Amino acid sequence: MHDPLVIAGREFGSRLFLGTGKFPSNASLEAAIVASGTEMVTVALRRIDTTADEDILDAVDAERVLLLTNTSGADDAEEAIRLARLARSGGYPTWIKLEITPEPRYLLPDGVETLKAAEVLCREGFTVLPYVNADPVLCKRLEEVGCATVMPLGSWIGSNQGLRTKAALEIIIEQSLVPVVVDAGIGAPSQAAEAMEMGAGAVLVNTAIGTAGDPAAMADAFRMATIAGRQAYLAGLPGVGRAAAASSPLTGFLN
Amino acid sequence: MTLTPVALESRPDGVPENTAAADFLATDLSAARALSTTATDADVDRALRASRRSVADLGALLSPAAAPRLEEMARLAHAASVRRFGRVVRLFAPLYLSNECVSTCTYCGFSAGNEIARRTLSPAEVVAEARTLTDRGFRHLLLVAGEHARIISKDYLVECVAALAATVPSVSLETQVWDTATYRRLVQAGCEGLVVYQEVYDRDTYAAVHLKGKKRNYDWRLAAPDRAAEAGMRSLALGALLGLDPDWRSDVIALAAHASALLRRWWRCEVAVSLPRMRPAAGDFEPERPVTDREYVQILCALRLALPDVGITLSTRESPAFRDAAFKLGVTQMSAGSHTEPGGYADPGAAEPQFEVSDTRSPAEVAAALRAAGYEPVWKDTIGARVSDAKTALLP
Repeated sequence: MHDPLVIAGREFGSRLFLGTGKFPSNASLEAAIVASGTEMVTVALRRIDTTADEDILDAVDAERVLLLTNTSGADDAEEAIRLARLARSGGYPTWIKLEITPEPRYLLPDGVETLKAAEVLCREGFTVLPYVNADPVLCKRLEEVGCATVMPLGSWIGSNQGLRTKAALEIIIEQSLVPVVVDAGIGAPSQAAEAMEMGAGAVLVNTAIGTAGDPAAMADAFRMATIAGRQAYLAGLPGVGRAAAASSPLTGFLN
Repeated sequence: MTLTPVALESRPDGVPENTAAADFLATDLSAARALSTTATDADVDRALRASRRSVADLGALLSPAAAPRLEEMARLAHAASVRRFGRVVRLFAPLYLSNECVSTCTYCGFSAGNEIARRTLSPAEVVAEARTLTDRGFRHLLLVAGEHARIISKDYLVECVAALAATVPSVSLETQVWDTATYRRLVQAGCEGLVVYQEVYDRDTYAAVHLKGKKRNYDWRLAAPDRAAEAGMRSLALGALLGLDPDWRSDVIALAAHASALLRRWWRCEVAVSLPRMRPAAGDFEPERPVTDREYVQILCALRLALPDVGITLSTRESPAFRDAAFKLGVTQMSAGSHTEPGGYADPGAAEPQFEVSDTRSPAEVAAALRAAGYEPVWKDTIGARVSDAKTALLP
């Protein structure tokens, strides 16, 4: 079945995006990218160093996957915009994962600054994929200023707590005109499947794969879970009833 | 960006209100300190099981009662570290600008009065020294100097930081403490972070080891991270020198409480701690109560469990064998191939070191040891100082 994910006019065969932090080595990252089947990989500009003997980008085959640079570490709109422009002048793709996380403990996104930065970057021709709290109104506002996706969090980055924001994610998915990528907090393949079953366009996973005992094997597990969840969504999950459906109708005597 | 506007300037006594230093001084640590010696097995159990740990839990984890539980603590600390930081360790190098010093501190090789070869690098020599370090792979440098406001002046430091901005992605500073205005100038020049060792938190011990010089002003030093944060420094690192206070448990509790206060007050800053054990240095200070390897491991684990988001630095004061095993318990950054004398990288031996390093392996050897342990050595992980005009070194 041909069911591509389309973002800003570009087709992606995989609905699993991969983050690149926390991996025990470049080789393990490379193996995980391959095993995941992903076509979109996000790399922090703060980690890129092409002058070094070994760079994180060595693990990313730009022929096969789209490099989505991210603004990790940015405190506010001004810093994020500066980093995005720096990426463009460095010759990297103009697809930007907009991350503005002024609070370094939980890395929670600042919605106010994110909207400001998104407006500027969209106007400057960037393809902007913003990381946000699971806030349905903010997601609509980001869509209105031209963001290519919205990326609400399932739970805090790196927490592996799964879809703690599920009720809000359901509203975002229901209302969004752009693909919804559930980003952050997905700690197990079952949780990725759950997001896809809900109708998410894609999921972004990092910690659960990067810190697994065998990152490549875990990446493969996420690949399958993402496909399974998507297929279940397309097949039409039977709704979960609140009450039992009696096999002998209670009003049958009326016939 | 806007930071909380508060007046943090000099006072002869005490620390300004609305600072982490004031919050810290107002914190009652007596219960935690009591637990650090009298905790029972039940206290340790509770501390180990807690999902969010208090300073009292830290006391229990540092206690003699927790010592037999070290393996269990180590497993928890390792798991918490991997989840939060991944299997990565950031590498950095100290770059000593000068060993001139007008302060008399009983434990330090640079102390005024020690008959040692003194040297201050010119900004051009600093750039050359940095070049040696970047050639070895480093992208995070920590500029270190003794306390001499005339020779190691504000202008000199600003000049050194600015001279490195084009080639070094991350520059931090560990010198005498300054006022907010000076920290602001340093941030504008490209300084990303500040390291301040309070050295020892007990006031009596502090007074007993800091005999002469501006460093005798405990409160002015205690509030330095607040002033740096107000000036826009992105990262703040605190330190205590283990061995100065015979009651190391009490010192570690204070360090953790100070770090917690900074996290709350300066919520945008990254906060890290380092607590090196004393090493031989000119002056021949002997710790009254040295911290053993087992105790040091207990400290590292307890800190990681109590402060799961705080960075922990492990320096070359520790031996290769100890570092290769202990870093997995929660360490987030390590120095490597360090020289503690000014000019020591390009021109070793021309001046007296601050202390003897114990891990003398090259940066490449330390990186290889990390890789062999299944960890990624990270050389660059920064977006630079909090200034609007980007440094060109950020994305070469």
